[in-house]
Amino acid sequence: MSDTARSRLHRMLLEGHLAVTSECGPPRGSDAESIKKKAEMIKDYVDAVNITDNQTSVTRLCSMAACIHLKLMGVEPVLQMVTRDRNRIAIQSDILGAASFDIPNMLCLSGDHQSFGDCPQGQNVHDIDSMQLIQTVRLMRDEGKFLGGAEINRPPNMFVGAAANPFADPFEIRVPRLAKKVAAGAEFIQTQCIYNLDKFEEWMKGVCDRGLHEKVYILAGVTPFKSAGMAKFMKNRVPGMDVPDEVVKRMADTPKEKQPEEGINICIESIERLKTIKGVSGFHIMAIEWEQKVPEIVERAELYPRPKID
Amino acid sequence: MIIAEKKPIEEIIGYIDDCEKLLILGCNECVTVCEAGGKKEVGVLASALRMYFLNQGREVKIDEITLERQCDHEYLEEIRDVADQYDAIVSLACGVGVQFLAEKYHSQRVYPGVNTCFLGATEERGRWTERCQACGTCILAYTGGICPIARCAKRLLNGPCGGSSNGKCEINPELDCAWQLIIDRLKALGRLEDYEKLLEIKDWSTDRAGGPRKVVREDIQI
Amino acid sequence: MRLNYPTSLRIIRVPCSGKVDIIHILRAFEKGADGVCVFSCMDGDCHFKTGNFRARKRVEQAQKLLDTIGTGGERLKMYSLGSGDGPPFAKYATEMHEKIKELGPNPIKKHKKNAA
Ligand code: SF4
Ligand code: SF4
Repeated sequence: MSDTARSRLHRMLLEGHLAVTSECGPPRGSDAESIKKKAEMIKDYVDAVNITDNQTSVTRLCSMAACIHLKLMGVEPVLQMVTRDRNRIAIQSDILGAASFDIPNMLCLSGDHQSFGDCPQGQNVHDIDSMQLIQTVRLMRDEGKFLGGAEINRPPNMFVGAAANPFADPFEIRVPRLAKKVAAGAEFIQTQCIYNLDKFEEWMKGVCDRGLHEKVYILAGVTPFKSAGMAKFMKNRVPGMDVPDEVVKRMADTPKEKQPEEGINICIESIERLKTIKGVSGFHIMAIEWEQKVPEIVERAELYPRPKID
Repeated sequence: MIIAEKKPIEEIIGYIDDCEKLLILGCNECVTVCEAGGKKEVGVLASALRMYFLNQGREVKIDEITLERQCDHEYLEEIRDVADQYDAIVSLACGVGVQFLAEKYHSQRVYPGVNTCFLGATEERGRWTERCQACGTCILAYTGGICPIARCAKRLLNGPCGGSSNGKCEINPELDCAWQLIIDRLKALGRLEDYEKLLEIKDWSTDRAGGPRKVVREDIQI
Repeated sequence: MRLNYPTSLRIIRVPCSGKVDIIHILRAFEKGADGVCVFSCMDGDCHFKTGNFRARKRVEQAQKLLDTIGTGGERLKMYSLGSGDGPPFAKYATEMHEKIKELGPNPIKKHKKNAA
């Protein structure tokens, strides 16, 4: 892990603090107010904010523009980029565009399949995959070169991250898969939402046994349930999501009006337990269309105030 | 082989409704095996069209011929003497055959009678599935003999994605996840450690990205 | 047992209803049949296990096709009965005969004449 901080998030991790990130989805329109409002709400409680890139393949305002809005209001963005919609020319060009605004963090993803979104009849690109996207940014940043070999004038300088889903199948390659992302050049990882803590712990043990936690910062992903219905939906309908029966039951056994509160409780308990797991360097709180709850979660999980760094 | 599917008859009628003399031209190769454009399907289409026209009060002459192949000059030559007697030819060959026919009989109206779908195999009678996308630079050696380009919905060279669950792909619970298959096969081969080798960014210039492709073998040219 | 069934019916023997292909059905109509019945064994009784299921699928496809081309899918029908089951056979045959009388002749016959 290199010593010069490339972003606030990076510095937080370098100095050994538990980092906190969150994420916001851009609007389905050109009015940036909503995303600015979301960012305003959470900015003092997190170190950086991920901006999703047409998540679930539903067309939205682009991640890059939303990142620029955040940056201009003094909030540190994490640019999410999927390989679904861009070929290698567009990818490199977008990286340079982001770098020209000094967007300091980037998360490399392959993206949900377009069949989930609002353009199921569209083509997908997948010229390169998420691992190769990590390699591409690292090449551009560290060697100052394009994929074609030419020199870049003022190369990008991002802190490079990737996603990991400890719960997808096949489980036996989930640690090797992380190793692959680290080998490709990932410096931080944000995980899929964690509800099955035992399984996550098993995965983290495998990660630590291979010493990967010393090569990459792992931010554990959490998402509070708003309702029992959401818990059931996540369990049954979201591919690669692992929600244990007892968690669904706990939500379902709670009276309807108390369910949001119970969802937050579960989330905070999870963070408490995750703090005790070796190799966890921070948290990625994805409060889907519920950003106003992020401050409460951060405070109650004793992650507030955020450490002062310059 | 090339897998094709019969076009709806309404669509075919739309192309040829104005004709008085028609040839339905089948092909004895892939489309016969996948039962979309062989002799039998030629018979069914011809019979249905004849009755359709009769029901419209028109007697349209519809002939049936099935060639050994439609992607070779020598077989296409077999209809040289009759081709121009028809107002149109409906070819039940794959897209290659239809085009080769159209090239050869330059001023003849030629229509496709099937939708050409993919390169696949007969998994069981009546069920064909995709295996290859003819990318031009085969990587099966690195992926346990299972193609992630044709069989992974995101053609990930370093998969699986986070959506793989219970061996199935995130886009459809009936579809096998190609990367689950790859890992299972690597395991069976005792080569799971190969999984950790990063596959390089692919040269897609041999794929459709590089424009129309050709293979030239000077050693066998005459 | 001697049963009467309509003399309009011409019987074509096949080893199994599964042998009946769309092309056989179409050819019959093309040659001027006003209707076609496929008689099969009862579900589960097929000597070749699934011959009757296949036949049913093909009959359904052919019905669709006949609708599209203007002959009418209702001219094609499939009945299941036990082997050597005389009375139902006679009953179904009569039913079909009535149905066809109601529908009138295969429309292509009159067009064929007109065209000639
Ligand atoms: S790697 Fe290319 S050539 Fe080989 S099976 Fe896949 S698509 Fe076909
Ligand atoms: S689930 Fe498997 S096959 Fe489907 S997109 Fe992901 S890696 Fe590819």
